[in-house]
Amino acid sequence: MSTTLQPALAPAKDPAVAARLGRRRKRADGIARILSLVATGIGLVFLASILATLFYKGFGAMDLAVFTEVTKPPGSNGGLLNAIAGSLIQVVLATVIGTPIGMLVGTYLAEYAKGSAFGNVVRFVSDILLSAPSILIGLFVYQLLVLPFGGFSGWAGVAALTIIIIPIVVRTTEDMLSLIPNTLREAVIGLGAPKWKMIVLVCWRAAISGIITGILLGVARIAGETAPLLFTSLGNNAWSTDLTRPMPSLPITIYSYAGSPFQDWIELAWAGALLITLAVLLLNILARSLLRSGK
Amino acid sequence: MQQAATLPLGTPMGARPRRGARASSLGDTIFRVACHAAGGFVLLLLGSIIIALFIGGLPAFQAFGIGFLWSTEWDPVTEVFGAGVSIYGTIVTAVLAILLAVPVAFGVAFYLTELSPAWLRRPIGTAVELLAAVPSIIYGMWGFFMIAPLMSQYVQPAAIDSLGELPGIGALFQGPPFGTGIFTAALILAIMILPFIAATMRDVFEQVPPVFKESAYGLGATTWEVMKGVVLPYTRISVAGGIMLGLGRALGETMAVTFVIGNANRISTSLFGPGNTIASVVALEFGESETDSLKLAALLALGFILFVLSFIVLAISRWLLRARLKG
Repeated sequence: MSTTLQPALAPAKDPAVAARLGRRRKRADGIARILSLVATGIGLVFLASILATLFYKGFGAMDLAVFTEVTKPPGSNGGLLNAIAGSLIQVVLATVIGTPIGMLVGTYLAEYAKGSAFGNVVRFVSDILLSAPSILIGLFVYQLLVLPFGGFSGWAGVAALTIIIIPIVVRTTEDMLSLIPNTLREAVIGLGAPKWKMIVLVCWRAAISGIITGILLGVARIAGETAPLLFTSLGNNAWSTDLTRPMPSLPITIYSYAGSPFQDWIELAWAGALLITLAVLLLNILARSLLRSGK
Repeated sequence: MQQAATLPLGTPMGARPRRGARASSLGDTIFRVACHAAGGFVLLLLGSIIIALFIGGLPAFQAFGIGFLWSTEWDPVTEVFGAGVSIYGTIVTAVLAILLAVPVAFGVAFYLTELSPAWLRRPIGTAVELLAAVPSIIYGMWGFFMIAPLMSQYVQPAAIDSLGELPGIGALFQGPPFGTGIFTAALILAIMILPFIAATMRDVFEQVPPVFKESAYGLGATTWEVMKGVVLPYTRISVAGGIMLGLGRALGETMAVTFVIGNANRISTSLFGPGNTIASVVALEFGESETDSLKLAALLALGFILFVLSFIVLAISRWLLRARLKG
């Protein structure tokens, strides 16, 4: 540290040299500031460009039929109703199944496993799952639920999304429980309450806004997941709420429509892309504001 | 709920000690077992993912041996499969994406922690985080319909005309300007991982004790000198961890890459040439492979290789970030 700064800070005998040095340092500082500003600008331009593209193309393609009609062959003015419904069903089920598991794991890590070797392994594994390529989770569920049970199904899609949301809930639950001061725990135990009541009635309640934030972020993440659904719920062009059969979903429909040669399908894909991005971004903003108001 | 929480207060401790103690210890046991079981379930999950992918890919490993890793053959008709091209594409796009994303992410983190006025910090930080929340299929569509045409019309012709003439590195910038290809895929990947790296860098920069920075400022250092001489040396391990985290994301990204990489099973010297990655091959070819076919096994074997790659990178990332995780 000091060696880096020394040449610049060593007092120069000659005032002209000192002035030149000062100017050079100022210039380096100015260049770094400008480049940093440019970098931030680049990041913001990308976000703006994506949103602008989505709004421009998506709103142009948006009409009532998107919400009232199911997917149809090209040229017959179909909609996305079945895809939206399929996505909702799978995302809601995955959230309902994954949240309790994730909360229990997070609780285990924060309340039972401080410093234990098994706990460290679970934490490590959960973090790996958090960042593992989602397409592999699709392949895994294909091996586990699609091959043995004779075909693609909505349940397989739900299973894949559940595996993706669990580590997200684990991470936030543990983080939020770790923020709770130990004095609160000691106070509850000191009153004679059993540990499980301390966790469920006091710790969970104190951390609830943070945990809900995590769940919302998890929902936002799985709502846009495409790759794991390719091999699990596959997609379906008809209206289907039967979870034992292939089930349509918004991301899969967008994927197959965007790559199609039909103009009206591509437009529907843009409408779907706008819908899903709006939903994901709103969930994110909601989650963030919830976390801030909870603090 | 309120009542239940305060119940122990009102209950005389000696009233029915044995019954109460037994009930609470039973509740405790159930809850503790449930928590431990959930923890074990996560372990089991990761273990079964590895095993399922390995068993599924075993026929391919047996048929092609270790050569599967570098064979560039991929012929469904003659049933000869090799992972060479897609491993190459996966690593090249991910590394290129890191090279493109890291300087920009560093700039964003520098701006957010040191330069930005306080009132702008949160909106810009949120915007960067929203960039991370956009689903990857949206990046794919945007890349395919907006970026790829821009690349083929402006960027690639200009690069081919100017850089393509150079001796040596010129080979990297030759060939027809398709728009899609290795470079476009890397660019989209870079945009996708930029917010992850920037957010990690921002978080670790903020953990530098203010007194370190203040001492440097007190000696007359400029903002840039504080960043270069104090903040970066103090956080360099965590910064490396954040970069590895981004690399891990880039390796396994599927939908965005599938849209823009051109999907050809060949290794081209030019960055503008088409290629594929493990994830894009699996996504595209899966639908055309039959149950119990050697091709399906080859795809699952590819999945296993990708899993090993990302596991290593993510484990390194976690190890580097351990100081930050302990907080």
